[in-house]
Amino acid sequence: MNGFGVDSCERWWMVASGAILAAFFVAVVIGAFYGFALPGPEKRVDPGRVAVDPPFAEPAVLQRGPGRYDVYMRAQIWAFAPNEIRVPAGSTVTFYITSPDLQHGLLIERTNVNVMVLPGQVSKIAARFDEPGEYRFFCQEYCGLAHHAMFGRVVVEPRP
Amino acid sequence: MPEDRFALEEKLTAWHLGIALGALFLGTWFGPLQVLEHAGVDLYGVLAPGIQSYYQGLTLHGVLNALVFTTFFIVGFLTFTTVYSLKTSLRFPRLNAAGLWLMAGGLVLAAAPLLLNDATVLYTFYPPLKASALFYIGLTLVVVGSWVEGFGLYFTLGAWRAAHPGVRTPFIAFGSVLTMAMWQIASLGIAAEMLALLIPWSLGWVRGTDPLLARTLFWFTGHPIVYFWLLPAYVSWYGMLPRQAGGKVFSDPLARLAFWLFLVLSIPVGFHHQFADPGISPVWKAFHALLTYAVSFPSLLTAFTVIASLELGGRARGGTGLFGWVSKLPWRDPSFTAQALAIVTFALGGIGGIINASYNVDLIVHNTLWIVGHFHLTLATAVVLSFIGISYWLVPRLAGRELWSPRTALVQAWLWVAGMAPFSISHHLLGFRFGVPRRTMLGAAPYLAPEWNPLLVVAAIGGVLLWTSVVLYFIVILGTVLASRRVANPAEMPVAEAVRDVQETPAWLDAWRPWLIATVILIVLSYGWPLAELVRNAELSAPGMRVW
Repeated sequence: MNGFGVDSCERWWMVASGAILAAFFVAVVIGAFYGFALPGPEKRVDPGRVAVDPPFAEPAVLQRGPGRYDVYMRAQIWAFAPNEIRVPAGSTVTFYITSPDLQHGLLIERTNVNVMVLPGQVSKIAARFDEPGEYRFFCQEYCGLAHHAMFGRVVVEPRP
Repeated sequence: MPEDRFALEEKLTAWHLGIALGALFLGTWFGPLQVLEHAGVDLYGVLAPGIQSYYQGLTLHGVLNALVFTTFFIVGFLTFTTVYSLKTSLRFPRLNAAGLWLMAGGLVLAAAPLLLNDATVLYTFYPPLKASALFYIGLTLVVVGSWVEGFGLYFTLGAWRAAHPGVRTPFIAFGSVLTMAMWQIASLGIAAEMLALLIPWSLGWVRGTDPLLARTLFWFTGHPIVYFWLLPAYVSWYGMLPRQAGGKVFSDPLARLAFWLFLVLSIPVGFHHQFADPGISPVWKAFHALLTYAVSFPSLLTAFTVIASLELGGRARGGTGLFGWVSKLPWRDPSFTAQALAIVTFALGGIGGIINASYNVDLIVHNTLWIVGHFHLTLATAVVLSFIGISYWLVPRLAGRELWSPRTALVQAWLWVAGMAPFSISHHLLGFRFGVPRRTMLGAAPYLAPEWNPLLVVAAIGGVLLWTSVVLYFIVILGTVLASRRVANPAEMPVAEAVRDVQETPAWLDAWRPWLIATVILIVLSYGWPLAELVRNAELSAPGMRVW
């Protein structure tokens, strides 16, 4: 390498840089397997049929088992439907969400839920709510003049 | 006028810079309006009906500053650096002039709907938000014009290489032309989005569009565009700043290696902007996360080589001890100081960028104010403050005058950092701690929480300081062009020598073909299959609407 004109300090710097980046990537891969799942291909839908066809025609919170809920949600200008979701503490909630009109986003505060909502695609993302309280969610992608009014809440109720 | 001046090339550069700075000047006015609105002071009412909404202002801020200012400045600057580095005039000057006309014509076409509130779609223009067709056609012409000028630079370098067999290309010309080559390949994504999807749809020739395919094509260009912004600053940091600091380029081979790695690795990383998207496999997202880490490697190389080169300068000027050389650097030179501050800021922005690239970790900050804080360190400081520093020698050179009030220019550079620190820190915190969404008229949001307010006020103070810095900048530039003293021998382009003879740099670091082939292979590997799937499954089913 010396013929290449690399100073020994710089060689150490290069090795350290490579090692740090490799360590980060290993951490990312471990996180990908054991941590929070990113959204992926779920289902295509016709945005023109979203308001007509099930399951998105009637947005709903459905109990799938003890402490397991599925939410079918529409993000549309300028509201979420449903915009209030009540579940008991300790529940795992899986969101299926799509848009009949424009690009939107769903971000739930104090959770890892943060997903794009695109016309033509169903986004799936899940979160576990252990602490009782109110978790507000916002549209995080610009969707027109009243984008900033688009929000809702997950209300996590204490277990009896 | 000295004989070695390239009058036509300087005129072309001056026109690019004039348009670029005009766009910067208009666009920055909306910055303080946005942060003040967030802090509860809505001044948009004053601008009505000229500017009809917060979101029209935000669109102008993004398009004028991030797209128009950068592209015009870069093409003009690289024209200058290429001819002065090669010491040869443009091979086909009319080609470059035609490119400038295309860019300027495109800008006029796009500006009309922007100003008339017919293209309030932000600078990402995600469909099905549907702007006037003129907006898409105009931006496409700007890109095509930049390609034409890129070809003008390739022909110029090609002629020089044919006339100088076996001679290493001067580093500044090498980096300049490489930047244009990277941009041409990278901007194929946005060109495909415009030509295949958005223009036919906005003209009513097809009934709808596919938002995910459009996003994917957009981000094919949307990440490497940040390297298109950054590499001209790197040309200056590597090739000019050591000279301004009284030092030499620490390692010419590693400087070139870093640039080749930027060519190869800048493009196949776009999915890291789409970690939160449905419809793209997490496996492909992880592959792009890996490649994003890889492209941070040449930035780490840059940090070493540039700082080592400056250290050589500080020591040559009498600095001793571990850090004593820092105080010996030419801190009274506004061109140096602006760029040195940009380098320091970029280190912080780069660390944030690695966090954003980190796969599912990104969901903590995706589309929050953190991202705004991030790219105001990288684009709006590392790049913009570098370009400002460059303009502190380039504008006097083009005007044939002295820089007007270097002291004001120095205050301007420090004031930029003084404003950016509170602005950026508060934005990072608002995104990270509270998940506050970006590109949102927060002052009017019903969910604005009281605990966000202190940080929003800090951000507003930072924004106003930044705006003050911009105003000082334009006072210095106008003072230079209109009122400063004419000089017989205006400033030269600073050209840093390397520590070792550049002819010792291996030939494979001055050969284009292998690196271009590697670039194409990596793009095919990272984008070929997922993009083919998206095209195969594309449904033009989203009709589009105007909602502003």
